Amino acid sequence: MVIKGKIWILGDNIDTDIIIPTEYLAMKRIEEMKKYAFSPLRPELAELIAPGDIIVAGRNFGCGSSREQAPEIIKELKIGCVIAKSFARIFYRNAINNGLLLIEHSLIPDLISEGEYIAAVIGEYIEYKEAKYDLAPLPPNLMEIIEAGGLVAAMKNKNI
Amino acid sequence: MGMTISEKIIAAAANIDHAKAGDIHTVSIDRMMSNDGTTHLTIDMYNSMLKNPAIADKSKLVFIIDHNMPADSPKTAAAHKKIRDFAKTHEIAFYEGKGVCHQIMMEEYVRSGELIFGADSHTCTYGALGAFGTGVGNTDFLYAMVTGRSWVLVPETLLFHLSGSFREGVYPRDLILTIIGDIGAGGASYKTMEFTGSGAHAMSIGHRMALTNMAVEAGAKTGIFEPDEKAVEYLSAHGRQAKHLFKSDKNARYEKEYFYDLGKIEPVVARPDNIDDVVNVESVKDVKIDQAFIGSCNSGRIEDLRIAAEILKGQRIADHVRLLISPASNSVYQKALEEGLMGIFIDAGAMVVNSNCSVCWGSCQGVIGEGEVLISTGTRNFKGRAGHKESKVYLGSAATVAASAMAGKIVRAV
Repeated sequence: MVIKGKIWILGDNIDTDIIIPTEYLAMKRIEEMKKYAFSPLRPELAELIAPGDIIVAGRNFGCGSSREQAPEIIKELKIGCVIAKSFARIFYRNAINNGLLLIEHSLIPDLISEGEYIAAVIGEYIEYKEAKYDLAPLPPNLMEIIEAGGLVAAMKNKNI
Repeated sequence: MGMTISEKIIAAAANIDHAKAGDIHTVSIDRMMSNDGTTHLTIDMYNSMLKNPAIADKSKLVFIIDHNMPADSPKTAAAHKKIRDFAKTHEIAFYEGKGVCHQIMMEEYVRSGELIFGADSHTCTYGALGAFGTGVGNTDFLYAMVTGRSWVLVPETLLFHLSGSFREGVYPRDLILTIIGDIGAGGASYKTMEFTGSGAHAMSIGHRMALTNMAVEAGAKTGIFEPDEKAVEYLSAHGRQAKHLFKSDKNARYEKEYFYDLGKIEPVVARPDNIDDVVNVESVKDVKIDQAFIGSCNSGRIEDLRIAAEILKGQRIADHVRLLISPASNSVYQKALEEGLMGIFIDAGAMVVNSNCSVCWGSCQGVIGEGEVLISTGTRNFKGRAGHKESKVYLGSAATVAASAMAGKIVRAV
């Protein structure tokens, strides 16, 4: 699996209220909510993000509430993957369960610039400005969920 | 190698003899709670996306409406109806208007030694009774609801030794904010925060909840206390018994140990917009406030209301301040009525509102406007958490909030 896209940079502790503020959660559809993604921090960002773009953030991305709308909105924006130094654990599970790929990497977030391009070959390496950085594989049970397109799709594959 | 409480609970739930940090196990879930934050989404998925939808064991499920309670718009009313109808059809235990989900779970369901999933991040609260409660999203919840199982990564444990006793005007709320300030908002990511020592055992179950509830704010999977005689007494008073009374083994492995002398803790606040930006109350003492809130799954219990009442008795809040008080459950509300606390609050100029997530949820009640400042006993101070994105939330103890409401600015209670 290869993912390549333009970089948008966010900082440390990007919480779920920044990803989608509570006031928009009553909207019926994720498509309606998506334009408010990251609005408390960067109101213009959701409009600027193009399919395939990659978010790169610092520590503890997705901290806060268990609201699953957070990874769903990022997926709805058609973000290729989120690369961060670390992820909050509930967000991590929710993202995998929705088929949103997350990459934990300690070095990359400090090296990159917004607007540049980055590529990830899953389980092998990340490429940025012609340099390659090691990328550890995900545990097989998680990769199975991602490859199915999310936990519900994986459940269907097992006739649940 | 011995095991921690968390490892023992996961081993029991996985039906194996031994579990250690770093292992991934498939576990049976003892109990599952979902609230109106996401239950309607789980129901939609259940009804439309599965091939053979069926609930594994309805007796393990609890649905609670507490976030937008009572409904504040036709949209939320429709979501509530969906949850109410589904619970009735499938004979699932259902509560609405009775209080904040975690308080109800502690009063009615949680047993020491259980592994509990909640579709809410503050499910870690249940560790106050020595249960392993952890928050999940609605897809994980759906999977557990229909299979009875899920997978868990056995967490590393950080051990917090608590010794000594708090000085006057200092509370467990100040301690947990101090700890989060020390270790950071991701300082316990994926881990258990276990609390031990004489200072831990001296705390009431309600006060223990103030600690375990905030574990997720340091990124933790759960927060947990060893179930002692106080936990057994609490269970017995609520008509229940422990499932397991697990204690960590003497030779259990901890990733790191921390030592806190409760006598050295000061009254603190977390400043906007980061939970780990924790400072002594003195250093923000001139910050003017517009609103104050006492309630939430963190600090809306009888212990907190008593602390607030002691400060507000015979006093008035500042003219420009709105003080909202929401007891964490109706049984807390009743107790506060019996003890005469509600009269004190009303005489002081407070608004006593129904038992719900209230101001801490920032959507249906006591929302603050542009440029306004809130001091709260709630769980979070993220940007825009309580309303407008250009508003500010400070988090402090019930004592600090009550004293600040009177002063019209942030002050120490003592």
